[in-house]
Amino acid sequence: MPQVDLKSVRPYGDTLDDGRVQLGFTLPIRYGPEAKEAARQLVIKMGLESVDVVSSHDLGGQFTYFVVYGKCTHSVDVTSLRVPKVQVEQMDFFKINDLIRDRLGRKITVVAACTGSDAHTVGIDAIINMKGYAGEYGLERYPWFRAHNLGAQVPNETLVAKAIETDADAILVSQIVTQKNVHISNMTRLVDLLEAEGIRDDVILVAGGPRITHELALELGYDAGFGPGTLPSHVAAYIAQELIRKEHRTSPDLGEER
Amino acid sequence: MKLDLDISKIDRCRECASSIADQVMEHVRSVTTTSCERAVLRLLGVDGVDRAGVPLPNVVVDIAHKAGLLPDGIATYMARAVASTGLSPQQVAEKVALKQLDLASFGSAPVGGERAVVSGAVSASLGRIRENVAKRREYLSRLDSGTEPLIYVIVATGNIYEDVEQAQSAAKAGADIIAVIRSTAQSLLDYVPYGATTEGYGGTFATQENFRIMRKGLDSVSAEIGRYIRLVNYCSGLCMPEIAAMGALERLDMMLNDSMYGILFRDINMKRTFADQYFSRMINAYAGIIINTGEDNYLTTADAYEEAHTVLASQFINEALAHRSGLPDSQIGLGHAFEMNPEMKDGFLYEVAQAQMSRDIFPNAPLKYMPPTKYMTGDIFRGYLLNGMFNLAGVITGQSIQLLGMLTEAIHTPHVHDRYLAIKNAKYVFNNARHLGEDIVFKPGGIIRQRAEQVLGDTVRMLEYVRDLGLMEAMGEGVFAGIARTADGGRGLDGVVARSDTYWNPFEEAMSEQLGLAASADPSRR
Repeated sequence: MPQVDLKSVRPYGDTLDDGRVQLGFTLPIRYGPEAKEAARQLVIKMGLESVDVVSSHDLGGQFTYFVVYGKCTHSVDVTSLRVPKVQVEQMDFFKINDLIRDRLGRKITVVAACTGSDAHTVGIDAIINMKGYAGEYGLERYPWFRAHNLGAQVPNETLVAKAIETDADAILVSQIVTQKNVHISNMTRLVDLLEAEGIRDDVILVAGGPRITHELALELGYDAGFGPGTLPSHVAAYIAQELIRKEHRTSPDLGEER
Repeated sequence: MKLDLDISKIDRCRECASSIADQVMEHVRSVTTTSCERAVLRLLGVDGVDRAGVPLPNVVVDIAHKAGLLPDGIATYMARAVASTGLSPQQVAEKVALKQLDLASFGSAPVGGERAVVSGAVSASLGRIRENVAKRREYLSRLDSGTEPLIYVIVATGNIYEDVEQAQSAAKAGADIIAVIRSTAQSLLDYVPYGATTEGYGGTFATQENFRIMRKGLDSVSAEIGRYIRLVNYCSGLCMPEIAAMGALERLDMMLNDSMYGILFRDINMKRTFADQYFSRMINAYAGIIINTGEDNYLTTADAYEEAHTVLASQFINEALAHRSGLPDSQIGLGHAFEMNPEMKDGFLYEVAQAQMSRDIFPNAPLKYMPPTKYMTGDIFRGYLLNGMFNLAGVITGQSIQLLGMLTEAIHTPHVHDRYLAIKNAKYVFNNARHLGEDIVFKPGGIIRQRAEQVLGDTVRMLEYVRDLGLMEAMGEGVFAGIARTADGGRGLDGVVARSDTYWNPFEEAMSEQLGLAASADPSRR
């Protein structure tokens, strides 16, 4: 394959820089030649060339569904990108527990919940609950973690109260329902509450969910965000390392770097 | 019986489930709940909201609850109020809401003849429900009633009018059953919202007006395409009996109505849920509504291979409790799901084993088969294939209701074409493999038969354990879905009230009798 120009990267179909992309979408218009032409013109406006409406289907009533191919005329300069990533050294269950024992010398308390109207606990359960996920134990199984999973539909107020009551080191918020951006306002509200209580800087605030990115989490005032595919050890390692970093900053005598 | 399962083990499971259900029924017959009483008011014709927007059934029942009147049943006081004022139940409720009438002031005189004054309202409601049953039967005989596995899809725009459009589009593409998924967290509301709604999160509020709007939309598309489109909603959460009443009045065809789902997955108090599920299921039984149970949910938190026996155990318990509410097998849509880890070697064989096992053990139940969700990653192309395999398992094993998987599961509520593609997938697989199940014989000693026998064996042990411990205690140990709940924990316990000796619920009384449950409604048998 010829050398990829990282300053100008385009979609790859079967030839470098062919720019081929596929789209699937519906227009709220009746099926027919006009609908097909409308789809074609719309895709041209999206910045694609050589547009082919390869398939169109009558969805009944006022809807037509299209599969469209085109050539993307735009490119991206990959060398100029800066993507925020959670700063963490990956570790396993045993290493994380050893790290906490040796460097912190006390258990880490975390409180976790699906907040607001969100009833989907599958994500938070995978991270916290004893049995964990994908062959990994959840935080409840970590001897050096004290984990409280408050479950579904927990008001932000309750979560904050629990964090204060348990003197939590970290708060984990899971948000799965994102319709109408309900997660954004809900997550922002938690930060406001923590600030009002004067404890925002006392906790590591972590968000997780299928639509959560680290960048979004940072933007909303969180310390970290974890997206799909996150394993319990990712979160545990991050919290342990971040807490050690934090305490190191405030008490430099804690220990030697290893 | 395609799997040639050990009949004696199946019998033992049913005996255990029956004992478990009897234990639960002792509790159920001793209490009523605020939601049961609100359902009674709704069936008596009380509807609407007060000036603050609170539903009148809530206003009246809350007042009665505070005054300690619920042990006798709200119908007792409503009958007295109607007898002494000559007003209708609706007018009484309005006056109670305005504090112009005090239910407690009607005293505790013996009821007797007073009960007769609401008998008109009772028979009007029951008559309307029976008319709905007849109308459904007429539709099903006149129009195409669909071919099993029936194609079940969900609409969830938040706007009931938009839902109607999407539902009609889905029906035209081949859907047989439309579920209007509820707005997130409605299950935890201790009231049913009122009127047509156009805003919701993750779904559309279940209201009686929304039921009516969707029913009308589906009747119209049914007539247009010549196939009866069934309507589903969610008879779960804190308002199970009320939703059942509304669904019965508006001719819904199916209701999600599990005996334990709310306890496990919504942390609703178990004493509340067991009482609520009993009366709600009785209403569903009377209205000819097929219930859907929620065993699939266990497998979203627990592993589908490791915990298969909990699904089967729960199916037996759901069946036993449903029978006690008067539901015939043909209205007990037991649930299960295709949630095996796709990376697992021979995982499809285990899925087929578990689906065929449900079919063999519950031959007359309209089984509801739920699609993969746990291992849907956002890779829509792989997801589409998983859904195809799910559809193949469904048609091979003779499932009745196939809730179609969406290729965009884990991304968003379905787009209109997601639903279309799902229906195309199902129709292709169902048609192309229509009689594959009939042609297949599962090899004796093979992986599929061995797996089914193993799950059945585990189920016997689990049900014996639950029977010996008691269901409420066993739930405290987290036997289902790994979630532990206590008898006095969770939401809604404050709405559970012990029945007095003179407790009266005219609908429970009439429906029990007409469903052939009269013996168990007899106070001397309590």
